[in-house]
Amino acid sequence: MQIYLPIADIPVNVFLVLAMGLAVGFLSGMFGVGGGFLMTPLLIFIGVQPAVAVASVTTHVAASSFSGAIAYWRRNAIDVTLALTLLAGGIVGSAGGVALFTWLRTLDQLDLAIGLSYVTFLGVVGVLMVAESARAINRSRRGKPAELRRPGSHIWFHGLPLKLRFKRSKVYVSAIPVLAIGFIIGFIGAVMGIGGGFLLVPMLIYLLRVPTATVIGTSMVLIFVTMTATTVLHAATNHLVDAVLALILMVGGVIGAQFGAHAGQRIRGEWLRLLLGLLVLSVGLRFAFELVLRPDDLYSIRLVGGAL
Amino acid sequence: MRVALAVAFALAGVLGGGGPAVAERLVASLTNHHVMITSNYTGVELVLFGSVEQDATSLGRHGPYDIVATITGPRETVRTRRKQRVLGIWVNTQARTFVDPPSYLAVLANRPLDAITGADNLRRLRLGIANTPLPELIHNDIGEVSNDPFRAALVRLMGERGLYSEQSNAVTFLTPTLFRAAIALPAQVPIGDYDVDVKLFADGSLIGHTNSAFEIVKVGFEQFVVNAARDHGVLYGLAMAMLALLTGWIASVAFRRD
Repeated sequence: MQIYLPIADIPVNVFLVLAMGLAVGFLSGMFGVGGGFLMTPLLIFIGVQPAVAVASVTTHVAASSFSGAIAYWRRNAIDVTLALTLLAGGIVGSAGGVALFTWLRTLDQLDLAIGLSYVTFLGVVGVLMVAESARAINRSRRGKPAELRRPGSHIWFHGLPLKLRFKRSKVYVSAIPVLAIGFIIGFIGAVMGIGGGFLLVPMLIYLLRVPTATVIGTSMVLIFVTMTATTVLHAATNHLVDAVLALILMVGGVIGAQFGAHAGQRIRGEWLRLLLGLLVLSVGLRFAFELVLRPDDLYSIRLVGGAL
Repeated sequence: MRVALAVAFALAGVLGGGGPAVAERLVASLTNHHVMITSNYTGVELVLFGSVEQDATSLGRHGPYDIVATITGPRETVRTRRKQRVLGIWVNTQARTFVDPPSYLAVLANRPLDAITGADNLRRLRLGIANTPLPELIHNDIGEVSNDPFRAALVRLMGERGLYSEQSNAVTFLTPTLFRAAIALPAQVPIGDYDVDVKLFADGSLIGHTNSAFEIVKVGFEQFVVNAARDHGVLYGLAMAMLALLTGWIASVAFRRD
């Protein structure tokens, strides 16, 4: 059944988009990430303009992370102080990201910027995840115990002023790196159309030493607020959020996420991280090929003031 | 240029009406003057009907008639970009701005344009895609660039989307004086007002013309969404945000297990 997307200005098959929402939702529930980094490329692949894809996926990520955040809230697994501090940086980052997005579009370089950021972030994070999980799998094969957290190790920014105590997470750290992480996630989220969970979770664990008990719930809160703000900002400045597309994605995404979360609990942590790492890496490679290989058509057109 | 065209038409009209040689009248109409884009829109085909009315003086005097129908969509500025390899990756390095080219252009005829009339005549009447002016913005000046690869790329890319086309077999004569032409409007067709200009040729010269028009509109929900997104961006964004939170909340309630 074909349905016409009013903002993207193309007809798409409802069941195809719904299936994509379900599949990405499944993976996002399984790995505990928003899934924006998979959804945006898929939409571009079926012919939605990158700008509309990015803007509409933010709405989808807002919905799926909100349902996730509620679930973690019930389990009391959210550090509210940490989430609020991250948010202060995140909202500023979103506004900056949307402004950069608008500016790049007028320069005809938006598609390039989206491609380059995907290659960079997905490539780096994918390699790190695969390497880390492979080491963990190797260790457990040899029968050694899993590496423990090193609580004493200090990084330079632990000496920064404005220290805050995040009780729920049992960390005592300067507000500056927390605000900076929030800003980075908000910023790249707006430009790439992703929640940034796959970047935020490792940053919270490795840089701020937030315990795993609160890390996912807290990151879900940050993602749902920044993505909600980004949706409003994208709609207000670029008029590119497609309500019909976003609704189909959201419905598919939240249902898929429930089944994914079940499946995820049956797989061991390090194998889950390895699979997610490989997935992230392959999406990054797909974008890299696109940038490096000679395009079929060197020319492209864009309607000025329109949505192309 | 429009004035010049209008003068040319007026002259043709005067000559047609007053001259002794030409007494044909061209009548044409469309099957539909409003095309509605609804949620299940995937493209549509309009039919242009017309007939050449002869009077006693012209009856049987002219050879076979030829029809060229030009359908022009709403005008919108377009940028055409070209990629180049920079440090190993492909980047848009050059771009040209085309000032208000038609967003849809179909030239329909009953046989190849160059068989209908001479090249000079086609150029003068601006018939066919090659003779349609597509002015570019050059250093704050607007002008035509001859043999421009960017112009060729624009025409080609619009053609690939089904928005620019030149078909020499789209007009069929049902009788020597009655004709029909199918206007294909693809799924990505822009909304707005479309002009239909029909020209009648006989023995290589223009002997009549007529105009028609149709409108493509989004209706119902599609219309509402587009208007809301364009005119009330902030409210639309807030509504989308609420919708997202509502969907998330419903999901968490529906799948709650505790």
